[in-house]
Amino acid sequence: MSDDEFPEEDLELEGQEHLAAEEATLYAETSEGAQELLPRQEVGDVDLRRETGAVLRLPEGNYINPDDIDIERRDDETMIINMGPQHPSTHGVLRLMLELDGETVLRTKPIIGYLHTGMEKTAEELTYVQGSTNVTRMDYLSPLSNELVFSLATEALLGVEMPPRATWIRMLMVELNRVSSHLMWMATNGMDLGSTSMMIYGFREREMVLSFFEKTAGLRMNLNYIRPGGVAADLPDGWQDDIEVICDTIMARTFEYDELLTGQPIFRERTEAVGSLTAEEALALSITGPILRSTGVPWDLRRTMPYLAYDEIDFDVIVGTYGDNFDRYSVRLNEIRESIKMIRQIAEKMPAGDYRIQDRKVTPPPRARIDESMEALIHHFKIFTEGFRVPEGEAYVAIESPRGELGCYLVSDGTSKPYRMHIRGPSFVNLQVLPVLLRGGLMADAVAVISSVDPVMGEVDR
Amino acid sequence: MGADGTQRRAGGHTAVSNVSTTDETAVTPYAVLPEVPRLADRLVDQLAFPHRDRYAEMVEAFRSGGYETCADLCAVDYLTHPGRTLPDGVQAERFEVVVNLLSLSQRQRVRIRVQVPEADPVVASLVDIYPGVDAMEREAFDMVGIIFEGHPDLTRILMPEDWEGHPLRKDFGVGRVPVQFKEAPGPR
Amino acid sequence: MGLEDLQHNFLTGKMEDLVKWARRNSVWPATFGLACCAIEMMSVGAADYDISRLGMEVFRASPRQADLMVVAGRVSQKMAPVLRQVYDQMMEPKWVISMGVCASTGGMFNNYAIVQGVDQIVPVDVYAPGCPPSPETLLHAILTLHEKIRTGEITRRPGTSIPAGEQATGGWVPTVPNAVRVATPR
Repeated sequence: MSDDEFPEEDLELEGQEHLAAEEATLYAETSEGAQELLPRQEVGDVDLRRETGAVLRLPEGNYINPDDIDIERRDDETMIINMGPQHPSTHGVLRLMLELDGETVLRTKPIIGYLHTGMEKTAEELTYVQGSTNVTRMDYLSPLSNELVFSLATEALLGVEMPPRATWIRMLMVELNRVSSHLMWMATNGMDLGSTSMMIYGFREREMVLSFFEKTAGLRMNLNYIRPGGVAADLPDGWQDDIEVICDTIMARTFEYDELLTGQPIFRERTEAVGSLTAEEALALSITGPILRSTGVPWDLRRTMPYLAYDEIDFDVIVGTYGDNFDRYSVRLNEIRESIKMIRQIAEKMPAGDYRIQDRKVTPPPRARIDESMEALIHHFKIFTEGFRVPEGEAYVAIESPRGELGCYLVSDGTSKPYRMHIRGPSFVNLQVLPVLLRGGLMADAVAVISSVDPVMGEVDR
Repeated sequence: MGADGTQRRAGGHTAVSNVSTTDETAVTPYAVLPEVPRLADRLVDQLAFPHRDRYAEMVEAFRSGGYETCADLCAVDYLTHPGRTLPDGVQAERFEVVVNLLSLSQRQRVRIRVQVPEADPVVASLVDIYPGVDAMEREAFDMVGIIFEGHPDLTRILMPEDWEGHPLRKDFGVGRVPVQFKEAPGPR
Repeated sequence: MGLEDLQHNFLTGKMEDLVKWARRNSVWPATFGLACCAIEMMSVGAADYDISRLGMEVFRASPRQADLMVVAGRVSQKMAPVLRQVYDQMMEPKWVISMGVCASTGGMFNNYAIVQGVDQIVPVDVYAPGCPPSPETLLHAILTLHEKIRTGEITRRPGTSIPAGEQATGGWVPTVPNAVRVATPR
């Protein structure tokens, strides 16, 4: 067959034009312009150093010679690919642009905002009573932590003190939430590393905790349970037995996970020395939570700056050594065990009393009283329509959520709605560690590393 | 410790831990640039209100004084609440940039609030001091429109690239769609 | 195999029945979990509320291999074009379940950032309310979809243009705003 019979140029031209136009339209619909990773020739030296994480490795005052950048490549040898936002392994709608040389990752840029919900703006339109419904949907794997930090910030502005039982119930629920969040993490992490059984086991255990939540609060997820003023309802009858069953079962099953994953050679090979982070890099990037603890820094807000009643129970702060994937895995696995220990202690020490503050200006009265007392009816009406007023001021309160330091900066102007509510989401800040961790690694490790950073896009994008 | 030496417990949240440090190099928050106006606060030792020009200098001083990490940086638009409490000598502007620093060694937090005028919303970037504020400053730019001078990549982070306006400003409406049988309240 | 299946003639009726049986018993979902509803969707795929008994546990990562898109979670303005692209990449026959109130109507987030209902972008077959819908609700939605497949047409899908005289059969054409319309042929 000679070339004359098949005039390739003509066919190419026709097909390419049509495809090029279509591709251009498709690309235009979803491109995010300057937010994306730009090819090397368009990036200045300063930005290249920053994107490759070299800035963090420099002692202050030193300037890097552009020729010294490790893994230096020419433009035509590298390829920029796009991972996400719809992707099975990016843990939600995270979009990662990676520059690859073969299988090696050179530069990374996370592009977020695909789940931006305008929650901080919405919070300015909702009263403080309604606020926890909004905040709870940020970090949807540990919704009670969000509610807790918002309630603590509101109570700090109100200047009220919680009854002891409310505090201890909050602690119980938050620790249960930590267990369920870490179990979910172990499930998805196992799945990303190839172990589908871990996914099923993790969800099976999680169902036990969620059914306790449903019994107590009415909802499995996004429970609007911890509110400013206390908690929404008392613990159900027989809760100690439920807690005992949960604790015993999950504690026993964590040793099964050891058998399945911790000692397993393939798991060890895939996670040890992958995505290592030093403590200096972590502190420079404002990383908190299990990632920081895995690098060896024993910083846990429950121990160092205690809130609720954490200074009255006994627990250990789990610390790693190398800051690699395996350390993060073992920190979280052992945090499940520590939380179980804490839950047992809380169940023993739970005080009797009110589950919410008795101040009628803040807490609605019991429903039965509304039929009897006019005052109760008026309070109920005012709280649920106008809301309670919070004195002018500002507060920043931080707690230790399963992902790190979760902070709420609340500004009040004296009305019944927050003037400004800003939530410091740990995953938002922790995502900055990705370019540092992925550099020099393989593409397959990228999936494992993203999973071990445990981002929850709800609190990243808010 | 609080300004008068006592430890407060507000709303079940312990104030800054009353661990007193005998380390000679540790810096008490009031010693850092003492001429900058301050306010006492229930929950943290102090709120500092440096002027825009001294902002980066103050943050750098805190960093060398043992504040290893920046917990949070955000921006607030005070358009509809101009009468907020400020110390003497600080002129209220429309925007404020709020920085929360954390010292792990001293277990203390400080908060720095910088006034940023509306006509010229430019403030120094802290990326060289604390690389972790990279994403936080981008968010403040995206949501409120503060321009951080010296930030290497000041692009939008949460909104699409072609979005116009800064959503968390008070004159940007919520964008509420009217719902049948429920009146749609306007912006504040 | 009731009378409703004897549509064209009784020979093709049996074949249509077979096709519909095959389609509804192996609906493979595409992974489109966005927010909290995605966690409940994963719970449906896990042990207690098993969708493997319906033949659906294989969540296909590639939309080309998927039949069902469960839009689980709130769709933000930035995500809307991506959603449409993924939907367009799916092969016919395809269905969409809008899971949760945020996907159905915008939910509690009636603001600038969230698309008020995913049916502004893609045609939806079943809406599952809840915030998040518990796994049982999602299972009910899936079974409703199965019923819809069982009793529906195999040759006509929502979103295709229908001649004016045949509007009575319930064909529905979504109005896709130009901003998110992608230049792929229908």
